[in-house]
Amino acid sequence: MWEFPLFPDSASTFAPKVDALYIGLVLISAAFTFAFAFFVLFFAVKYRRGSNADRSNIRDSSPLAEAIYITVPTLMGIGLFIWGAIIYFELISPPADSIEIYVTGKQWMWKAQHPEGSSEINELHVPAGKPVRLIMTSEDVIHSYFIPDFRAKQDVLPGRYTTMWFHPTKVGRFRLFCTEYCGTEHSRMGGWVTVMEPSAYEAWLEGSSETNGLAAEGEALFRQYHCSGCHGANSTVKAPPLEGVFGGPVPLLNDPKDPQSGSKIIVADERYVRDSILRPMDEVVSGYEPLMPSFAGQIPEEDLLKLVAYIKSIGRGRAGRTLSDRGMSEGEGASSNITDFMGGASANGGTDQ
Amino acid sequence: MSSASATAHDNTYGQDDTYLYHHFEDLQQQHESSSLGMWAFLSTEVLFFGGVLGAFAVVQTLYEPAMKAASEHLDPILGAYNTAVLLVSSLAMALAVRAAQLRQQRNTVLFLVATIVLGSAFLGVKAYEWIHDYHEALIPGINFDLERYPGRQILFWSFYFTLTGIHALHMIIGIVIIAIMAVLVQRRWFTGGGATQIEMLGLYWHFVDIVWVFLYPILYLINQ
Amino acid sequence: MNSAPRSDDSQAIKESDSSMGYLGADYTIKSWLLTTDHKRIGLLYMISITVFFLLGGAAASLLRLELMTPRGDVFGSPDDYNRSFTIHGVFMVFFFLIPGVPAVLGNFLVPLMIGARDLAFPRLNLMSWYIYMIGGLFTLYALVAGGVDTGWTFYTPYSTMFSNTQVIAAALGIFIVGFSSILTALNFIVTIHTMRAPGMTWLRLPLFIWANYATSLIIVLGTPVLAITIILVAVERLFKVGIFDPAYGGDPLLFQHLFWFYSHPAVYIMILPSFGVISEIVTAFARKKIFGYTFMAGALLAIAVLGFLVWGHHMFVSSQSMYAGMIFSVLSFLVAVPSGIKVFNWTATLYKGSVSFKTPMLYALGFIGLFTIGGLTGLVLSTMATDVHVHDTYFVVAHFHYIMVGGMVMAYLGGLHFWWPKITGRMYSEFWGALSALTVFIGFNLTFFPQFLLGYIGMPRRYYEYPEEYQVLNVMSTAGASVLAVGYMMPLLYLLISLKVGKIAGPNPWAASGLEWETASPPPTHNFLDTKIVTSGPYDYELQEYADSHRAVQEQGIV
Repeated sequence: MWEFPLFPDSASTFAPKVDALYIGLVLISAAFTFAFAFFVLFFAVKYRRGSNADRSNIRDSSPLAEAIYITVPTLMGIGLFIWGAIIYFELISPPADSIEIYVTGKQWMWKAQHPEGSSEINELHVPAGKPVRLIMTSEDVIHSYFIPDFRAKQDVLPGRYTTMWFHPTKVGRFRLFCTEYCGTEHSRMGGWVTVMEPSAYEAWLEGSSETNGLAAEGEALFRQYHCSGCHGANSTVKAPPLEGVFGGPVPLLNDPKDPQSGSKIIVADERYVRDSILRPMDEVVSGYEPLMPSFAGQIPEEDLLKLVAYIKSIGRGRAGRTLSDRGMSEGEGASSNITDFMGGASANGGTDQ
Repeated sequence: MSSASATAHDNTYGQDDTYLYHHFEDLQQQHESSSLGMWAFLSTEVLFFGGVLGAFAVVQTLYEPAMKAASEHLDPILGAYNTAVLLVSSLAMALAVRAAQLRQQRNTVLFLVATIVLGSAFLGVKAYEWIHDYHEALIPGINFDLERYPGRQILFWSFYFTLTGIHALHMIIGIVIIAIMAVLVQRRWFTGGGATQIEMLGLYWHFVDIVWVFLYPILYLINQ
Repeated sequence: MNSAPRSDDSQAIKESDSSMGYLGADYTIKSWLLTTDHKRIGLLYMISITVFFLLGGAAASLLRLELMTPRGDVFGSPDDYNRSFTIHGVFMVFFFLIPGVPAVLGNFLVPLMIGARDLAFPRLNLMSWYIYMIGGLFTLYALVAGGVDTGWTFYTPYSTMFSNTQVIAAALGIFIVGFSSILTALNFIVTIHTMRAPGMTWLRLPLFIWANYATSLIIVLGTPVLAITIILVAVERLFKVGIFDPAYGGDPLLFQHLFWFYSHPAVYIMILPSFGVISEIVTAFARKKIFGYTFMAGALLAIAVLGFLVWGHHMFVSSQSMYAGMIFSVLSFLVAVPSGIKVFNWTATLYKGSVSFKTPMLYALGFIGLFTIGGLTGLVLSTMATDVHVHDTYFVVAHFHYIMVGGMVMAYLGGLHFWWPKITGRMYSEFWGALSALTVFIGFNLTFFPQFLLGYIGMPRRYYEYPEEYQVLNVMSTAGASVLAVGYMMPLLYLLISLKVGKIAGPNPWAASGLEWETASPPPTHNFLDTKIVTSGPYDYELQEYADSHRAVQEQGIV
């Protein structure tokens, strides 16, 4: 009964790095705490009223001491900041070859949609040894996607996409929580992340796919919402074609109302595609009339994600991407990591699952 | 603080007949306290407006096109007229402070009333603008027309009504206090002619005025 | 100087019972409710914040009971649990922690310590208490009319569009109570600037005054931003305008920026006055000048300034830009430096002192320990990579309870015990005092230390139910909470009892230095019978040490 772990399971490439930083911080904190406790108690006892301790040469201040108090913690703080910032930078920089999964949060469930068409609720299946990037949004309030065993967390906001990534190293089932208070069932808004061997993952994907994939569904929606009427190849309306747009530069008018206002270049990402559907008047492609009506309130978040997936699939350098070429070979020594962490896990005894 | 004359607080009334509260050493200390208190209060007010102006600055930068489209429905001429009215009201207020210090009771009341009239004129024009906005279906939460003003234009109007609303509230509070002061001065309620009180009220009024001097260009002009 | 009575308070100076000082000036209820005496207003605040502390504490007890088991059992539904942690946070933060030290001890002591007869604006001071009570009533109304379930942070768009509870009433209560702290802070700033006794220069001010001054600056500059933020929340909720809700074109992060712009400095509003209290207690019971006075005063101001620049460290995982995050992170490390200076200098003050372990000193030593742990665990949160993992988990809960409860409440209780003889003229039982200090210290660590561990292994905060593997630590925490509750109840009882049976304290029971100890206990209505003229700096203990004829000191012939 009195056994409890000090660390969550270490199941991603972040875990050992974050744990090392944490241990470093704890050691420094403990050193200071014990030093203070020691000196406070030592002085308090040694110089208790009535003791015979030497009290000569009392000083009221010492600029040297203050200088040390100021410089040592400052330098230490900057050192820790750099250490933390380096790891943080890694935490927010997904590798280019990540598997992309779309996650929608709503009161009080998580829905995950795999590009291949599988979707799941309060579950997330991912392969071990490959980086996974989640593109997330919320349908109502702010949620936060937290997998303690991966040391990964990201707030999920309505009205925009946020992303997080992780590189699972260990096969197993890991807890998923919502960590941003979101109402009545906040504490039940969670589930499990299942990390599978890559081959098992492929099998699972094939077995659970209800459709031909997100992009294919998006393509159907593209017609259903009449996007193709203007953006399609045979359209008479002058709208920018969308092939090859995603991931590449787009020239936007500085002033969307004024065709002569000159243009600025942005990179077409998920946010751009989403905002172009919902708020087309805010960003107008140079050389085109601002004609497109807003689809705000007409397309549910899940459909939006499918449309984004479709636009992405016909985007730059992504066309024809299939499951098989998604970088099995690019995984960096993933399999050896798996065994390493599997071996280390039993030490934590009875953590979870 | 206490460059105090030791005799000052032997009497409840100071040399110039102004009431001295028991916990102050002398009138100078009392006046310094009032003045510092008012300035500290105004610094609070700066941050009060500063918070919402900061938020507006963010929105303005992020969604400049929508802000631009929205602010076209404002009439800069009316805004300029209102700015002029408020500046003159500040002048009247300054003259009232001067008159109070010189113990010119009649002039004090006169200038206070002038300030009230000008302040009310400002509010009148503001009300006219708001009614116009209402007819144009521009008031979020009441009749905002998302079809006519698409995109993030509603954001501009949310901030516009919040900013001008709390500014107008400050004006109304100011006018009520000025009115009370004018009556009290008229009835010679203040033993010292109310010079300190009116000076502090003047600081407040000038502050409300200056807030408008910021609001006018931010709401009416930068997007033109 | 002549201190002849003024005509405006002829009633007050009748001094019907001069041995009771300000307490004996008049015994009618009206004389309390209409008082402009800063000491009486301090007592009004003391009673009201105690009521709110007990309400907030009751909510906390229910929360801890609920968390004994992984499944919901104490509360009928998650909603009740959510309302309880919200009301716990709102009462404790806005109605206890923020007004705590300044409005009770500060109100009582600021004029006494600088040798003034009252605060600069006594009627404004009374008004601030009434505003506090009105704000409190609004919040209580929100509580009985169905509660609020947003958490004390009122994050949008949940608070503006999704919660079906009394958000507006609670927000209005917080808006109103903000004015009460602004008025108190205005009063302090003006009083400290203009009403110091002759000779009381800035560098002769006790650190308690510096601390309240720095706090007042934060209140005056920070609170209005919270006020306007709350107005925007109310406006959005009432009129469905889109300021924070993206469904209407707003930006939910804007709320977080505005909210933390006030609410991070608010942490310093809670803790800076405590620093002042601890400095007074440590010097009095070590019988020694504070070590590095100018650095201690400078650190207070540095914290006040830096405290305004670190709000973004609450938002590392909110999707704020990485570069913003880095700036906030490095500034958060820098704000630790002046906090470190305080702890270093308190420790150095003990060195070669003559330390006695009376109740206030026990609380102060407890404060130093708990604040050190609270401050250092803050490093885990200001380091971005570790914050990603522990953000919004029990690690954060433990951290800020170490700072706020371990810090502010220990200091408040220490200060209350230190100045209780001055406030009431009576001594309390030293035995019970020491026992309560020890019980609170142990109970506190038992309650909150397990929460650090819980947080790191991943338990999110604001959870009504939790996975079973977290139960052991939760049970430990709840067990500690029951000890803590006993610790908090003890002073309530023996301090009240001391009013009847306590020994008469006399003007200066601790032989402490400071103007407040040079007048009677309880002080007369106008604080001092003569005008104080200050000729030396604070904490002038060496001479008294000599007068105590300490054996060792005498033998070596030094002072």
